[in-house]
Amino acid sequence: MYILTFVFQGFCDIVNMSPTQWDLPVELCCRPMAFVTLTGLDVVYNAVHRAVWDAFCANRRADRVPISFKVLPGDHEYPKCRPKRTSYEWYIPKGILKTGWMNKHLNLVPALVVVFYELDWDEPQWKEKQSECATRVEIVRQSLQGRNTKVAVVLIQKKTPLPPGEDVIASERAAALCNACELSGKSLFVLPHTDHLVGYIIRLENAFYEHAQTYYYTEIRRVKSHKEFLNKTTHQLLFVRHQFKIAFFSELKQDTQNALKNYRTAYNLVHELRAHETNILEIKTMAGFINYKICRLCFQHNTPLDAIAQFRKHIDLCKKKIGSAELSFEHAAWMSKQFQAFGDLFDEAIKLGLTAIQTQNPGFYYQQAAYYAQERKQLAKSLCNHEASVMYPNPDPLETQTGVLDFYGQRSWRQGILSFDLSDPEKEKVGVLAIQLKERNVAHSEIIITLLSNAVAQFKKYKCPRMKSHLMVQMGEEYYYAKDYTKALKLLDYVMCDYRSEGWWTLLTSILTTALKCSYLMAQLKDYITYSLELLGRASTLKDDQKSRIEKNLINVLMNESPDPEPDCDTFAGKTAQKLWADRISLAGSNVFTIGVQDFVPFVQCKAKFHAPSFHVDVPVEFDIYLKADCPHPIRFSKLCVSFNNQEYNQFCVIEEASKANEVLENPTQGKMCLVPGKTRKLLFKFVAKTEDVGKKIEITSVDLALGNETGRCVVLNWQGGGGDAASSQEALQAARSFKRRPKLPDNEVHWDSIIIQASTMIISRVPNISVHLQHEPPALTNEMYCLVVTVQSHEKTQIRDVKLTAGLKPGQDANLTQKTHVTLHGTELCDESYPALLTDIPVGDLHPGEQLEKMLYVRCGTVGSRMFLVYVSYLINTTAEEKEIVCKCHKDETVTIETVFPFDVAVKFVSAKFEHLERVYADIPFLLMTDLLSASPWALTVVSSELQLAPSMTTVDQLESQVDNVVLQTGESASECFCLRCPSLGNVEGGVATGHYIISWKRTSAMENIPVIRTVITLPHVIVENIPLHVNADLPSFGRVRESLPVKYHLQNKTDFVQDVEISVEPSDAFMFSGLKQSNQSWKSSSGF
Amino acid sequence: MAVCIEVIAKENYPFYIRSTPTENELKFHCMVHTSLDVVDEKISAMAKALVDQRELYQDLLYPTEDYKVYGYLTNSKVKFVMVVDSSNTALRDNEIRSMFRKLHNSYMDVVQPLLQPGGLHPVQGL
Repeated sequence: MYILTFVFQGFCDIVNMSPTQWDLPVELCCRPMAFVTLTGLDVVYNAVHRAVWDAFCANRRADRVPISFKVLPGDHEYPKCRPKRTSYEWYIPKGILKTGWMNKHLNLVPALVVVFYELDWDEPQWKEKQSECATRVEIVRQSLQGRNTKVAVVLIQKKTPLPPGEDVIASERAAALCNACELSGKSLFVLPHTDHLVGYIIRLENAFYEHAQTYYYTEIRRVKSHKEFLNKTTHQLLFVRHQFKIAFFSELKQDTQNALKNYRTAYNLVHELRAHETNILEIKTMAGFINYKICRLCFQHNTPLDAIAQFRKHIDLCKKKIGSAELSFEHAAWMSKQFQAFGDLFDEAIKLGLTAIQTQNPGFYYQQAAYYAQERKQLAKSLCNHEASVMYPNPDPLETQTGVLDFYGQRSWRQGILSFDLSDPEKEKVGVLAIQLKERNVAHSEIIITLLSNAVAQFKKYKCPRMKSHLMVQMGEEYYYAKDYTKALKLLDYVMCDYRSEGWWTLLTSILTTALKCSYLMAQLKDYITYSLELLGRASTLKDDQKSRIEKNLINVLMNESPDPEPDCDTFAGKTAQKLWADRISLAGSNVFTIGVQDFVPFVQCKAKFHAPSFHVDVPVEFDIYLKADCPHPIRFSKLCVSFNNQEYNQFCVIEEASKANEVLENPTQGKMCLVPGKTRKLLFKFVAKTEDVGKKIEITSVDLALGNETGRCVVLNWQGGGGDAASSQEALQAARSFKRRPKLPDNEVHWDSIIIQASTMIISRVPNISVHLQHEPPALTNEMYCLVVTVQSHEKTQIRDVKLTAGLKPGQDANLTQKTHVTLHGTELCDESYPALLTDIPVGDLHPGEQLEKMLYVRCGTVGSRMFLVYVSYLINTTAEEKEIVCKCHKDETVTIETVFPFDVAVKFVSAKFEHLERVYADIPFLLMTDLLSASPWALTVVSSELQLAPSMTTVDQLESQVDNVVLQTGESASECFCLRCPSLGNVEGGVATGHYIISWKRTSAMENIPVIRTVITLPHVIVENIPLHVNADLPSFGRVRESLPVKYHLQNKTDFVQDVEISVEPSDAFMFSGLKQSNQSWKSSSGF
Repeated sequence: MAVCIEVIAKENYPFYIRSTPTENELKFHCMVHTSLDVVDEKISAMAKALVDQRELYQDLLYPTEDYKVYGYLTNSKVKFVMVVDSSNTALRDNEIRSMFRKLHNSYMDVVQPLLQPGGLHPVQGL
């Protein structure tokens, strides 16, 4: 992110600054480690020694023991040990803690001195070597006289040693060497420089660590032993000092639990000291040190809540300990540092795995540190405002002989003086003056900005976007005070939109005010104008007098004059700015500034509203632009132009000063160009839409309002769409929620809130003035050529051209309907599958006014059901709109739903020669097929003819000719036919035998001659054919006469393939007399008859 | 006594602010605005937990050196934020709660559109 890199660049310079008086000393902040010196190593010229040293210091990871090693020459002089005090009776301490003490024990006084010496057990000149080694040890001991520091000897050997006990010479000589050097056996080590150097070194350093721990243990004991000699009256300072030392030695011993315990005791003791203006700084300094140690150890022990609690206690205890009022900025500086140091500790703990939360994270501490830094700046400003003639005192009271203080937190001009009375008030005055003059040179803003940016980084991490923005505003303001206006503006500009989008106008106004000052001081034209526009607007909470001033300045800038300076600006920067503004008058570079308003809240509001959601193409499109100014004084604009998605309309919607394009103006007066504050100005625009845009949307893409003119400076406010800026959506929401009654306004005025933006409109075609009439006889019959008569009549005043007809099945219905519906204009031929379901754009020529035309349309529907049919008539007509000739395309459509039904039902049945119903027929025996055609049509039907197409298996007994030719059937009437058929034996056929087809040719009786006849084919049912063994046929006369003989002939036939024995007997009826054979027994051959 | 009271809309823009002393209004504005970070976080935590929000009182949002900031959330997500002086130990949790409840009642009297046509801003669901 750009802004962050930019922010960080800012404090790189600061990070590199040398430590100040208030920074905690390095020796306090580091982790104390046992200090061990190595002597006798020549790491520059001796490769073996170099390798040994490298093995000690390279790769010191966490698994290695915590030791800080240093290579020193064998004859190094260690700090002299002062003679032991035998009595504390007359001893009065001069301060709490010496400034050199921690460093002394971390880096100067070792816990252990190791003497390296090259000596093999089989050394030929053993005696000499042994005594040389003893001398070296002695020299070290001399230098450490009075101290408990341990000494150890490491023999660097070329040979790998034998296992212990096997080398007799080695053990003898080792004992001798220990004796000569006065060493215990535990302090003599052998280091063979063979393959496993690192392994040997690790074993060595573990042994060293043990020695070091013993040393620090004895040191703790030593300090503790002093305690019994102390008394509470004169040795109060020593209680703190000793407690601190015990804790510090415990830390060196890596006993952090005891260290923490002792630091806590020390902290309580520090606050028990009698505080006075003269020693308050020393007490606070020590309290700060001990508090730092406690918090650090608490975090290290993973008890962050203890750390926070300790810190809070510390702050509460010290907050009011301001000390000298003349130097109160020192207290603020110290407080700031306390918070910063705690923030650093907290942050470090988080890096090592601690989890922080939104409401408890290091950011709050950095923020508070920044707050105290700001306070320090304020105090310094009021306390250090000496005249330029006041010289820094000479000699410098802040200089000491050694260059450093003896005790932490004391004044250089009265070190070691414990009296609460100021012995030399003059000296004190000079000292205070020196401190004040030094404070004047402190770069306070840099300190504040660093702390704020630390806090920003933290709050960003812990999901506090508003806190982050707030701190960035403070950073921006601080950059402003530091006269870095570019950075200030960048930061302020970056966060402005957050406040704007949430509608915190008070805060936004405050930011804008600072931003305006920055842009004024840099003479940044565009920024200056933008901020002015917003500060004059409705989002600004400035008072009217401020707004008046800003508006006047804005008008000056637009007229290419210098604005008046912003109030409360730095005088020097203000003078520079005046020069810069004077240079701007030359108008070099571009002087037209286009400013998009969607990202801010300018003082002119704009809303565009089309009069209707749609316009017919033959009437002019009309819309209003509403403008309202929120500034305190009337303001003129020089130009207003509206842009559309179709840029051809742009030219019609412009108002300019001295406008000549009168047609677009409702009332072309120059008064229109002036916006009166609080009044809504309505501007009407009109234009004729292009006929190509019929069916399209016309959208206002932007509205541009120019303030100022091109000869001076010009600002173009650019609204996207139909107006609205960064605050509009929120205002709309508020307005929607509000039930507030609006006061009544005069008729020609409107309430701004009640105007709803309508930035687009549709262009629709001209209203047609023709009638389309459909004539038909529903329902349609399946497969017939159904006739639809379309009548189009023109009611237009002028001739209409290019009339086109689109007719047929309305698209968008069931896809199967499209397959089974066919449309044609020619009824004389039957249409088939190849015909479309919809006929499009059939030209039908021109129509004069009042003229009408008729078109026949034939529809063939293959399935029953309802269908929607569409008849669409389009035409062209010349017309005028706003005295402009235009050609309009109009259209009118009609839809009709038509039901399709079956024309008739056909029933078929099989009967015997005696018209008895048959379930099955018998092979070779004639039977009758009866068809029954029942008209279902509401209209009369003419059966033109019928035809029976027999299947090959069927034969006819007599002629097959239609018996229903040209029969007219009314609704519900039926026509029957009867055919005598015979089926030869075919054996047993599964599912029966096919009979054939019955074809009916028909049409509507009302249909015209040339309409084709429709053939409807009915598939006849299959019939089961059965073989029978004996067929009896009686041949009876149709009538007989009384007392006359009635000849009866029976024809019997054997239908089987075998000879059959038959017994025939005749049972006479009582009504007849009988003659002939009465009974007979016969044998018949196959197929023979009798 | 609280030193600052602010009523904030669901969308986080301020409806109403009142502070004593008035000259420090900007500072309180900043304080209240930044405290919305915590309220937002609490609301999103509630949404995640899918629990019915019964407790309107939002507790101490965060302490600064000199002030304590408390929050209260209505069912329609209108927020009340109250700043009290850190040194004022008389104000315990219970007092703060009851102050919020009173504030809520007064707020409803003002915004309830049925009771008072022309009220400040009606808020549905209150």
